[in-house]
Amino acid sequence: MPKVKELYVNGKTVPVDVDGERSLLSVLRDDLDLTGTKYGCGEGQCGACTVLLDGNPIRSCRTTAGEVGKHKITTIESLEKDGQLHPLQEAFLKMDAMQCGYCTSGMIMSGFALLQKSRDPSEAEIIRSMSGNICRCGVYQRIMAAIKDGAKALQTK
Amino acid sequence: MNSNDTQVLDPELCGMDPLAPAPLEVTRRDFFKTLGCGVMVLFVVPAAIAQEGGGRGRGGRGGGAAAPAEISAWIHIGEDGTVTVFTGKAEVGQNIRTSLSQAVAEELRAPISAIKMVMADTDLVPYDMGTFGSMTTPQMASQLHRVAAAARGVLLDMAAEYFKVDKSALTVADGKIFQTNANRNQAVSFGQLTKGQKFTKTVDNSARVTPASEWKIAGTSVPKVDGRDFVTGKHKYSSDMKLPGMVFGKVLRGTSWGAKMISADTKMAEAMEGVKVVRDGSFVGAVASDSLQAEYAVNAINAKWSDPVEGPTDKTIFEYLKNNVTGGGGGGGGRRGGGGAPVAGAAAAQNAAPAAAAGADQTLKQTYTVAYIAHTPLEPRAALADWKEDKLTVWTGTQRPFGVRGELAQALGIPEERVRVIVPDTGSGYGGKHTGEAAVEAARLSRAVGKPVKLVWTREEEFTWAFFRPAAVIDISSGVRNDGTITSWEFTNYNSGSPGINSPYRVPNQVAVSRSTRTPLAQTSYRCLAATGNNFAREVHMDELARLVKMDPLEFRLKNLADVRLRAVFEAAAKAFGWGAVKPSGGRGFGIAGGTEKNGYVATCAEVLADTVTGTVKVVRAVTAFDCGAVVNPNHLKNQIEGAMVMGLGGALFEEIQFEKAMITNPHLADYRVPHFADIPKIEIVLLDNKDIPSAGAGESPIIAIAPAVGNAIFDATNIRLRSMPMIPDGLKA
Repeated sequence: MPKVKELYVNGKTVPVDVDGERSLLSVLRDDLDLTGTKYGCGEGQCGACTVLLDGNPIRSCRTTAGEVGKHKITTIESLEKDGQLHPLQEAFLKMDAMQCGYCTSGMIMSGFALLQKSRDPSEAEIIRSMSGNICRCGVYQRIMAAIKDGAKALQTK
Repeated sequence: MNSNDTQVLDPELCGMDPLAPAPLEVTRRDFFKTLGCGVMVLFVVPAAIAQEGGGRGRGGRGGGAAAPAEISAWIHIGEDGTVTVFTGKAEVGQNIRTSLSQAVAEELRAPISAIKMVMADTDLVPYDMGTFGSMTTPQMASQLHRVAAAARGVLLDMAAEYFKVDKSALTVADGKIFQTNANRNQAVSFGQLTKGQKFTKTVDNSARVTPASEWKIAGTSVPKVDGRDFVTGKHKYSSDMKLPGMVFGKVLRGTSWGAKMISADTKMAEAMEGVKVVRDGSFVGAVASDSLQAEYAVNAINAKWSDPVEGPTDKTIFEYLKNNVTGGGGGGGGRRGGGGAPVAGAAAAQNAAPAAAAGADQTLKQTYTVAYIAHTPLEPRAALADWKEDKLTVWTGTQRPFGVRGELAQALGIPEERVRVIVPDTGSGYGGKHTGEAAVEAARLSRAVGKPVKLVWTREEEFTWAFFRPAAVIDISSGVRNDGTITSWEFTNYNSGSPGINSPYRVPNQVAVSRSTRTPLAQTSYRCLAATGNNFAREVHMDELARLVKMDPLEFRLKNLADVRLRAVFEAAAKAFGWGAVKPSGGRGFGIAGGTEKNGYVATCAEVLADTVTGTVKVVRAVTAFDCGAVVNPNHLKNQIEGAMVMGLGGALFEEIQFEKAMITNPHLADYRVPHFADIPKIEIVLLDNKDIPSAGAGESPIIAIAPAVGNAIFDATNIRLRSMPMIPDGLKA
């Protein structure tokens, strides 16, 4: 497999030197130190590894570095700007929408992608969009509330 | 690099290296060498307190450390006023980093932001048996209340000298001490008092702690203290740790459990670029500069294993358990609360039932089963091991840091003093992370290759080579009079154990027996242990009895229940739920269940919508009332209860480990269904805050009532009685 020499991550081109067969997840975490994105299953079933590719949520564990090309990758690390949390991150804190926190990055990225497309998502829409994300601690009800709260905050922004 | 726990040691303080390992048996001088100047307060308790408990650790797997058990916690107050608390407890999502901070802030009258917790680092914290059994709140929090209250006394003595007044004329508030009748602007801060000091004060448990009724910080919904690190992805779990020169490790697994390695040809793997193969008997692994290459290398090893051992499958397991009893077992543990006869042993069980049934109008005999399930923590087992100059440091997610230190010392044949285990706040455990498999594997590889090695289990490895909640068969025989009085109760659990085995209901003739059996799968503790299955069986059986005598299930329970706290949660849940109201028709049903475990009292009402044609069941809403004594953090407590209910739903409805030929056959999240967004009912929590009762741990007990409540609701909706957990792995079958 040919080597991948650069990726476009969080608004800038970053040099890498990795085998294109490697998962995007592994390259983000192990080569670029972006460890906010987590390994949960490697099977695209839990959503802990969710990042955005051109704004769409993808499972970085099932995406190879070679497939990404020049598409824009967005990870959890980019949401905080100049020390200011994104309203959805604030909403997760406000609703205490986590316990161990291991799913939180993926949840926020899936929720962030949803709110980019839908300003005021219905409960059914949230469930549909978030159906690929697992929280084993079971704080789903709070995550739902956080996404609604984040949507509200974004509308009034 | 830095772990979350060690970052709090400010290197600026007295010019000390924050990562310098401090020996466990620290002398006074060593404390200050590590921490900088200030005042250290040590809490000394009788060894019996420090050692009680034990839970269901992994006996015989190493890990028993000789411990300075008399010192259970210590607090350091630095020159900048920072209060650093040292405890062996591990944060795995139960939010004890926050709740323990609250205990210390409360007694020191200091803001939460002044408290830094150093947790689960075996070089820095006092010995601790482990984080399990819901013991952190009743034991560690109460000890921290006492040590912090004593520390406040020490600071008051220093302030009395500073102001040249009697300490009774002083007040402590907001991390400062001032003369009660003077201008607050002349207050002295903790840091001013401890500046340049280097002394250690040993305190016992005689300090008066603040009663819950007067709590101002404890008892309030303090937000998760490091929540921001989680929403930004900054928090470093074990699997996120990195060291210079680090390589990635992978270990070769057998083709079935118990399989013996016959041969392993590693030539191809050894020839791969950047790969180093490690072989030590049947331990075979590889390291490489990236995890995929390490995986390829292990896949390239041509190994032959012995054939799978004969054994049961998930289809034959219940028959197997009943036919493979290894011990008569004993009755349940000590009874709590409610009335009823003491539990007899196995011998009594053979005679009790016929005699007891004598006064009954009706009798009922049923069997309930519980499948093996997996904890499925979202962060699989992971470790970073660094073997350097005969000293081993391992970052790993475990609920027993000192136990894992023992395992490492044993596996590598080195003294425990040369092993340091650091547990970064971990991606959950639920009772399944008591051991150090990944830690040992990473350490063996690190020693062999002379580099730091990171090793993260795949989801498949976690499903296959970790531990399971034990399967069970539960037999219940009971008698009841037509007026709803239970006359006899005989309860036998095969394999999963005695927690929750005793009925809280008042029954004159009660026998409860736990029988140990052979088990084909490696089983371990799980959130609330056997209490989930035992409460499921009992509370479903109670529903069946209520139907038999044509009584309302709540009324039937209350008629047979003396325990005041359990009655209170039943009544509170029923009230909030609207129990007794006419239920909507069309496939809907209501169910109720409750119980008590680990000093928590829980009752849940559930509403389901069931469709016998399509086989679907939707749990529409669930209300849980919970009493664990004085509430430490209402919002976090509600969060734990909600989470326990959701986790409980998984085991209630669809989670089930499948196996045959000594191998797990559904080791993937696609085949092992855990609850998702769409499975979640509308959840409502009612907290009964009993301020005059010491706080019990609450991460486990709220899990016990949801399964029977849902099962009873399904019966209410469909007349289909489900007696096996999970109840509908393949949908509802009429």
